[in-house]
Amino acid sequence: MEGSGFIVSSSPHQHTTVSTPMIMSDVILALMPACFAGVWFFGLPALGMMAVCVGSAVITEAALTKICGKPVTVRDYSAAVTGLLLALVVPPDLPLWAGAIGSIFSIAIAKFTFGGLGQNIFNPALIGRAFLLASWPVFMTRWRWPVHEAAWIPKFDALTTATPLVLMKYMNIKAPYAELFIGRIAGSIGETSAFAILLGAAYLIYRGHIGLRIPLSFIGTVAVLTALFGQDPLFHILAGGLLLGAFFMATDYVTSPVTPRGQIVYGVGCGVLVALIRLYGGYPEGVCYAILIMNAATALLERYTIPRKFGEVKRVA
Amino acid sequence: MSFKSEFSKGIINENPTFRMLLGMCPTLATSLAISNGIGMGLAATFVLVGSNVIISALRKVTPEKIRIPIFVVVIATFVTTVDLIMAAFLPGLHEVLGIFIPLIVVNCIIFARAEAFAFQHGIMDSLADGLGMGLGWTLALCGLSAIRELLGTGTILAIPDFGFAGIRIFDQSLAAVMVILPPGGFITLGLLIGLLNWVASRNKKRAQEG
Repeated sequence: MEGSGFIVSSSPHQHTTVSTPMIMSDVILALMPACFAGVWFFGLPALGMMAVCVGSAVITEAALTKICGKPVTVRDYSAAVTGLLLALVVPPDLPLWAGAIGSIFSIAIAKFTFGGLGQNIFNPALIGRAFLLASWPVFMTRWRWPVHEAAWIPKFDALTTATPLVLMKYMNIKAPYAELFIGRIAGSIGETSAFAILLGAAYLIYRGHIGLRIPLSFIGTVAVLTALFGQDPLFHILAGGLLLGAFFMATDYVTSPVTPRGQIVYGVGCGVLVALIRLYGGYPEGVCYAILIMNAATALLERYTIPRKFGEVKRVA
Repeated sequence: MSFKSEFSKGIINENPTFRMLLGMCPTLATSLAISNGIGMGLAATFVLVGSNVIISALRKVTPEKIRIPIFVVVIATFVTTVDLIMAAFLPGLHEVLGIFIPLIVVNCIIFARAEAFAFQHGIMDSLADGLGMGLGWTLALCGLSAIRELLGTGTILAIPDFGFAGIRIFDQSLAAVMVILPPGGFITLGLLIGLLNWVASRNKKRAQEG
């Protein structure tokens, strides 16, 4: 066919204009409200943590692709997204070196040992968080007041406090909805402000990067289960990392199912695990572990929920 | 094969941990501190050398069909000896290693060498093999436990039996607790195996080119 002006190639023939760098930069854009809220409520240390996490994630990715002789994938921003997500799910007072180690662990262990972008079984940022929580539990559970004072909460000492879920679980003190919605509560850098997260999520949905099946089935399940067990569902939706996890972590393309039914089962599974951990588990919050556990089930869910092909006849058992 | 090559193959080329992936369970469970690693490794080396020699000596009179029970009897004899000696002289270490000392009886390194080597080779070769494999395992345990002890507790070379708390490299609060938990063991072991494979394949490539 050479010279005839036609190029013969195998399918697919129609290409999309959506590319990984574009999706990833949109995700970064969508995370900006949460980042801004983090800096607003926790001050410059939050900004430092984001810079350190993103920087070390990008450097690790660049170094590893170079050492392994793979195409350098830094420009697709996926490492930057991992670093930024990790920074958003750690406490504002975590030492910066721990943030850097968590980032390096996310990229090197959770992403690269599995073969790089698209190959990892577990969400790298959440693995980074789980690693930090298992390694330095003291640093990872030391919460700080937002810069702005709040009157509804008893003060323990000048600096440290507890997250709304801890207060709820062990002291039965409920944070007001307004504070939870705005984000004037103790918590991880980027998880406190429901408003900022929803703003970013709306952008991602508008751009068509994430579907509604996973987040809605995830959040809906948590709401239904907490209501069934006599707790306030709205509180459980707004408090902790549920919104951030449901919209930004559970919807990760690589580690969540692609089949529609699989996505719903995955979301419901995440929701059941979160509700169980929050209500009966040893930890006050379980979004991170819930998503990681369901990540492990993703391949299985996809296998059992493959849609029927056009013209395929139901197999006679 | 000479005595020397039978001895040296267990150290690197056929290292039971990094090359043959034998005895993973005690490796992960006991590699928390260098003193544990040395204790466990030397205990297993003693059993391995003893059982290899006896099994090799008895190989002509051992009926094929009941060789496994005979191996077990021989190995268990040496394990009981080690168990009692350690309980008498190093009670602290004995307590830390706990169930893993009696479990040397079913350690697959020892079984593999008995079945695959000692049962088919002469006494001197089996002695060399047992010594090499045992020391190879001890070295692997030491390497693994050095990393885990340092990163997981911040100290190195702690020997509780001699009342030595170890050399503190960095503060306890900075130590990554996960490294001494089971997942940390798996990850450290995996990374070490990967590193050694990478070095080995690079050496091989260089040898082919040069």
